[in-house]
Amino acid sequence: MELITGAEILVRCLKEEGVEYLFGYPGGSVLHIYDALYLQDDVKHVLVRHEQAAGHAADGYARASGKPGVVLVTSGPGVTNAVTGIATAYMDSIPLVIFTGQVPTALIGNDAFQEVDSVGITRPCVKHNFLVKDVTKLAETVKKAFYIATTGRPGPVLVDLPKDVTIAKTEFHYPKKVKLRSYNPTIKGHAGQIRKAVDLILSAKRPMIYTGGGVILSDGSTELVELIQLLGYPITETLMGLGAYPATDKQFIGMLGMHGTYEANMAMHECDVLIAIGARFDDRVTGKIEKFCPGAKIVHVDIDPSSISKNVHVDIPIVGSVPHVLRAMINVIRDEKLKPDTDALARWWRQIDEWRAMKSLSYRNSDEVIKPQFVIEKLYQVTAGQAIITSDVGQHQMWAAQYYPFDRPRQWINSGGLGTMGFGLPAAMGAKFAFPDQDVVCITGDGSIQMMAQELATMKQYHTPVKIVNLNNGYLGMVRQWQEFFYQKRYCMTYFEALPDFVKLAEAYGHVGMRIEKPGDVEGALREAFAMKDRTVFLDFLTDASENVFPMIPSGGGQNEMLLAERDEMVSTHDEGMVLL
Amino acid sequence: MNNNDRHLISILMENEAGALSRVANLFSARGYNIESLTVAPTDDPTLSRLTLVTYGNKQIIEQIVKQLNKLIDVVRLIDLSETDAIERELMLVKTRASGELRAEMKRLADIFGGHVLDVTDATYTIELTGTGSKLDNFLRAVEKDAILEVVRSGATGIALGQKALHA
Repeated sequence: MELITGAEILVRCLKEEGVEYLFGYPGGSVLHIYDALYLQDDVKHVLVRHEQAAGHAADGYARASGKPGVVLVTSGPGVTNAVTGIATAYMDSIPLVIFTGQVPTALIGNDAFQEVDSVGITRPCVKHNFLVKDVTKLAETVKKAFYIATTGRPGPVLVDLPKDVTIAKTEFHYPKKVKLRSYNPTIKGHAGQIRKAVDLILSAKRPMIYTGGGVILSDGSTELVELIQLLGYPITETLMGLGAYPATDKQFIGMLGMHGTYEANMAMHECDVLIAIGARFDDRVTGKIEKFCPGAKIVHVDIDPSSISKNVHVDIPIVGSVPHVLRAMINVIRDEKLKPDTDALARWWRQIDEWRAMKSLSYRNSDEVIKPQFVIEKLYQVTAGQAIITSDVGQHQMWAAQYYPFDRPRQWINSGGLGTMGFGLPAAMGAKFAFPDQDVVCITGDGSIQMMAQELATMKQYHTPVKIVNLNNGYLGMVRQWQEFFYQKRYCMTYFEALPDFVKLAEAYGHVGMRIEKPGDVEGALREAFAMKDRTVFLDFLTDASENVFPMIPSGGGQNEMLLAERDEMVSTHDEGMVLL
Repeated sequence: MNNNDRHLISILMENEAGALSRVANLFSARGYNIESLTVAPTDDPTLSRLTLVTYGNKQIIEQIVKQLNKLIDVVRLIDLSETDAIERELMLVKTRASGELRAEMKRLADIFGGHVLDVTDATYTIELTGTGSKLDNFLRAVEKDAILEVVRSGATGIALGQKALHA
């Protein structure tokens, strides 16, 4: 058999894994790999402008397509720059495989040029990582990396490749299958637990279904929709779970949590049985843990045992993959012709509809100044609710989640766990690589966009036309909102006295820039932008700087303690809440 | 339920570079207590056995066990505090052994089932094994200024009966 280099082996492994795109940035220690990439056409490399963007772009590609995102960066600063991208993927359980160059094995530990302990520095923010010291182990390690990243609770896996390993030669053999004695994720739920859960679920008088990103990651949407419609129960979703159940259906009662709808949070607070599916009881969802769902028995379905009873005690835990567990539940209900308590359910829906009538997402529109919520609503209309939306982090992210109802999974892409500003633009580019024929929109703000604006150049080079909706209020809006509510309007370091001319910036990168200053121009500008199918258009909306995100549960509050727009006097939360942030 | 129960957790894991750091990292990153930790390869050189002592309430220990299990390198683990088990720790103590202390130290070492490994005009070096609390008791029994140096291995343990941890 012919002997080939480690670099060639790596590229052949990527081909075997069906990798379409590699998001990366070259450097000294990965030169052999780049040379091997040059000599083939199967794996296409996307040259980003900053390694953080490589992580986010691969991440956006993965979230949109369901396939693993793949990253290649050089040693030292290449790795440290990529860490934010890796940590972002880790917090949201996104499958990434990251290949990092390393100094030659003989120099490891010598403080060599561009050396950093990549395995050490990324250990807390990867699902697993490997340092390959022997070229004969390379193919098997790559196989393991893809296997670990994409199975169980997905996550980023990093493979560190010393330069000499990419030069050394060996025979290439790619294992068909890989088995790890220490890693066997549970897929099928325990039949006894599922049976117990079904009994509890059907005994509910005031049931509530609460789902998270796990439903999207496991492609469990079909089963979820079937179960919810079979039961007729209300459903709420976390920020990460939006789109798993069609948001325009009447059984969906909105996002829950800190900026969730009144009806979703009230229903959570008042329910007697809570069915949590692929969600992890994050602090942004629970509010003050002692006040969370005080009267509820809880069923929790999750593939990660460590998510169960981590923050909230669970009565019936079920470890397994969402579609498998939900299918088993549906089968039990259908086979035994079980029915929920329809009278109680009708009463429960009447109560929920009363809460709904509060219209907690209503806002006062204006003829003078553009309201950010209005922009999102118009965006929804102009795109017929069909666009893939990525967002950055801040107020605009919450408005996007609230005012753009997502009807399908993988349509909504945002950094929920780590809350990484700068995520949106490269993620939109990644999503566009996955779905070149679909409209992809990055909803961002004047703060976030400046963190990764250099990627406009990458988007020009690879012709990935996305629409950028910049809700420009001149402030770091979410921080400003907190300063207004909880720091007596001491706006410390949240106002940008100098912002670039975003129209000129877009034009400088070879794109189209538009500035929109009047509410009457919003829809027209959006229509004009989306008509330019093959261009990246930067829409700079100058929006009301004083607008806040409502409803809001101040930290430390219970789910039934919400502030609603223009109804409540703002009160500072107590010190305990401030600590929770 | 005591809020700070002591748990002896024994882990069978891949004998890979970095595996130990993953365990140590987990404890520091999540703010768990770790009192002692001992690790060595097993009869199967691809596997290591790591034993650690930690404290926490029921919920924290449950999380520690789950988080450890989640590490890719961890093959299997057992909380020995939840089962009948033997705990042993090795301690080496260098004591003063001159004048009246010389006979006293020998006597104490005998009572605790220890062995004197090294003898000089002025010192003994004593080896003791037992549970952590037995070793604590020995140290309490010895006059404080008679102790020159203490080296403890950290606790290790094994389940009683037919139960065995294997890959």
